[in-house]
Amino acid sequence: MMTVLLLAEHTNDALNPATGKALSAARKLGGDIHVLVAGHNCRTAAEAAAQLSGVAKVLVADAPQLAHGLAEETAALIVPLMASYDTLVAPATASGKNVCPRVAAALDVMQISDITNVVSADTFERPIYAGNAIQIVQSPEAKRVVTVRTSAFPSAAEDGSASIEETTPPPAVGLSSFEKAELTTSDRPELASARIVVSGGRGLQSSENFKKFLEPVADRLGAALGASRAAVDAGFVPNDMQVGQTGKVVAPELYLAVGISGAIQHLAGMKDSKVIVAINKDGEAPIFQVADYGLVADLFQALPELEAELKKAGH
Amino acid sequence: MKILVPVKRVVDYNVKIRVRPGGSGIDLANVKMSMNPFDEIAVEEAVRIKEKGGASEIIAVSIGPAKAQETIRTALAIGADRGIHIETPDGALVEPLAVAKLLKSVVDAEKPDLVILGKQAIDDDCNQTGQMLAGLLGWPQGTFASKVVLDEGSVHVTREVDGGLETLKLKMPAVVTTDLRLNEPRYPSLPNIMKAKKKPLETKKPDDFGVDITPRLKVQNITEPATRKAGVRVDSVAELVEKLKTEAGVL
Ligand SMILES: Cc1cc2nc3c(=O)[nH]c(=O)nc-3n(C[C@H](O)[C@H](O)[C@H](O)COP(=O)(O)OP(=O)(O)OC[C@H]3O[C@@H](n4cnc5c(N)ncnc54)[C@H](O)[C@@H]3O)c2cc1C
Ligand SMILES: Cc1cc2nc3c(=O)[nH]c(=O)nc-3n(C[C@H](O)[C@H](O)[C@H](O)COP(=O)(O)OP(=O)(O)OC[C@H]3O[C@@H](n4cnc5c(N)ncnc54)[C@H](O)[C@@H]3O)c2cc1C
Repeated sequence: MMTVLLLAEHTNDALNPATGKALSAARKLGGDIHVLVAGHNCRTAAEAAAQLSGVAKVLVADAPQLAHGLAEETAALIVPLMASYDTLVAPATASGKNVCPRVAAALDVMQISDITNVVSADTFERPIYAGNAIQIVQSPEAKRVVTVRTSAFPSAAEDGSASIEETTPPPAVGLSSFEKAELTTSDRPELASARIVVSGGRGLQSSENFKKFLEPVADRLGAALGASRAAVDAGFVPNDMQVGQTGKVVAPELYLAVGISGAIQHLAGMKDSKVIVAINKDGEAPIFQVADYGLVADLFQALPELEAELKKAGH
Repeated sequence: MKILVPVKRVVDYNVKIRVRPGGSGIDLANVKMSMNPFDEIAVEEAVRIKEKGGASEIIAVSIGPAKAQETIRTALAIGADRGIHIETPDGALVEPLAVAKLLKSVVDAEKPDLVILGKQAIDDDCNQTGQMLAGLLGWPQGTFASKVVLDEGSVHVTREVDGGLETLKLKMPAVVTTDLRLNEPRYPSLPNIMKAKKKPLETKKPDDFGVDITPRLKVQNITEPATRKAGVRVDSVAELVEKLKTEAGVL
């Protein structure tokens, strides 16, 4: 019988929703699923993983060198564990993308990156060329390493009660060390899993305008904030807000693009949203080609009006 | 100190590619090709390190058909010192694992202290090669770098992660992969383009390194994604909110 090891995405004291989505992909493979929680003082995350529906067992590896998800340490833990598994699955988050290819190389197998569907246990669908082509790829190899585009899969239910087992990590590799993190703190929903995303582009012109014009609309909607690369490069907003081919891929129920032209690299990160709204003063902007609702308007007028309308509507 | 910079020739980022009917692949005939944008950033970073006195030599390496030499020349024009071209048959698919194995052979021969490469190629979007190379070499990796600072025997790499930024210290030798904010690559000047033509460029074959490049994965077919139809234009914010509520049902 097929066995799957799912690498959990977590912050030691909480499980990231990406884990539950990758689990939904893993369940389509069939077979027993064990979730690996590698971290330090990560019992809370392990307990949350044990509640995900469809998990047979949670493996906890707790050691100081695993605290920050260093690729060298995490891969050294996973590679020997893979002797007992057929497939390693991880969400295609920054940390999944960092660790998995290192494991694949050690196992001498090709990784299948960023899958959007499971056709069968060895065959997967994945977008290439910024989502302008879809590849169906089969892996005939003895072991498989797969990363999952989480926006393409639903969250798993949380009615499970898997057993939690400790696994002893190998001694620290010691090639790398964590120095510091500068994380963006926000009370808003997480960009990758939010129901509504409000994104701004170069048209916003400044960081102050993001705050003054875009944030009040996001607040009314309980939305996550996103941005185009141009807005990030110009320093209006931090890098973790970039949506697109080389940033985050999102598929919310509602995506509102304001002052964003709609370059293919941006579209690659949001065109699977259920409903897309574009506000742009240029009626020819390519974003309108994918928008369900387009408003040709100056954003500095439209956004305050939108805020007022939403307020009127009880938001 | 030597820096190795792998560079890949890819479809230019401005091109909207076409999928061939019948699921056989991408129509690449007469399509504009360029250096992978993340690799331009990698070359630029290596050149800046050298200009600051941190490196003595930069070697650009590309794996691909004969035309990949153009990409190496571009790297030489930005400021790399010499090139290595590992020639593969036209149209041959070389997977990241094979690329990483070939690069490992080059590293074994050239003994660089740092390999700087792109975080992902914008054609196949694998985002694997650097991590695989680091794994094969047993070197530390600093992926998605937005800042690289050299130190005694180590390198500090600030990485773009999902929640913001994170800084790691890696023992050298190390592998670094570039993200968009690391630097803004220069345009090579005409004199530098001319000079690049005279810089040494060595050609090799995968067989010279004993690396089998046969793909491990089988691409069964390639299709066009379902396209989204343009919707409607609304005339006012009030109409927009009304439609989102009643028609789309998302508010
Ligand atoms: C390797 C590579 C990777 C990339 N990855 C990404 C990625 O992941 N994500 C991404 O987004 N981009 C990415 N890009 C960049 C992409 O090609 C575009 O340059 C970028 O998306 C443009 O951002 P923008 O739409 O905000 O800016 P612009 O294209 O400059 O558009 C600004 C828009 O704002 C409108 N506007 C201006 N003022 C107003 C106003 N007052 N009211 C209303 N509208 C107004 C304009 O009409 C215009 O349409 C990448 C590029 C490369 C080369
Ligand atoms: C339909 C199709 C047709 C293809 N046709 C060809 C083809 O004709 N020729 C071809 O070479 N590839 C072709 N490829 C791509 C090839 O299969 C691999 O995807 C590619 O060599 C490595 O994957 P990547 O670039 O996505 O890796 P990534 O891991 O995303 O690349 C990251 C970085 O690794 C380095 N790197 C990757 N590849 C090379 C390289 N070849 N030389 C030097 N540095 C490199 C670069 O620094 C790059 O930024 C094709 C892919 C598809 C889907």
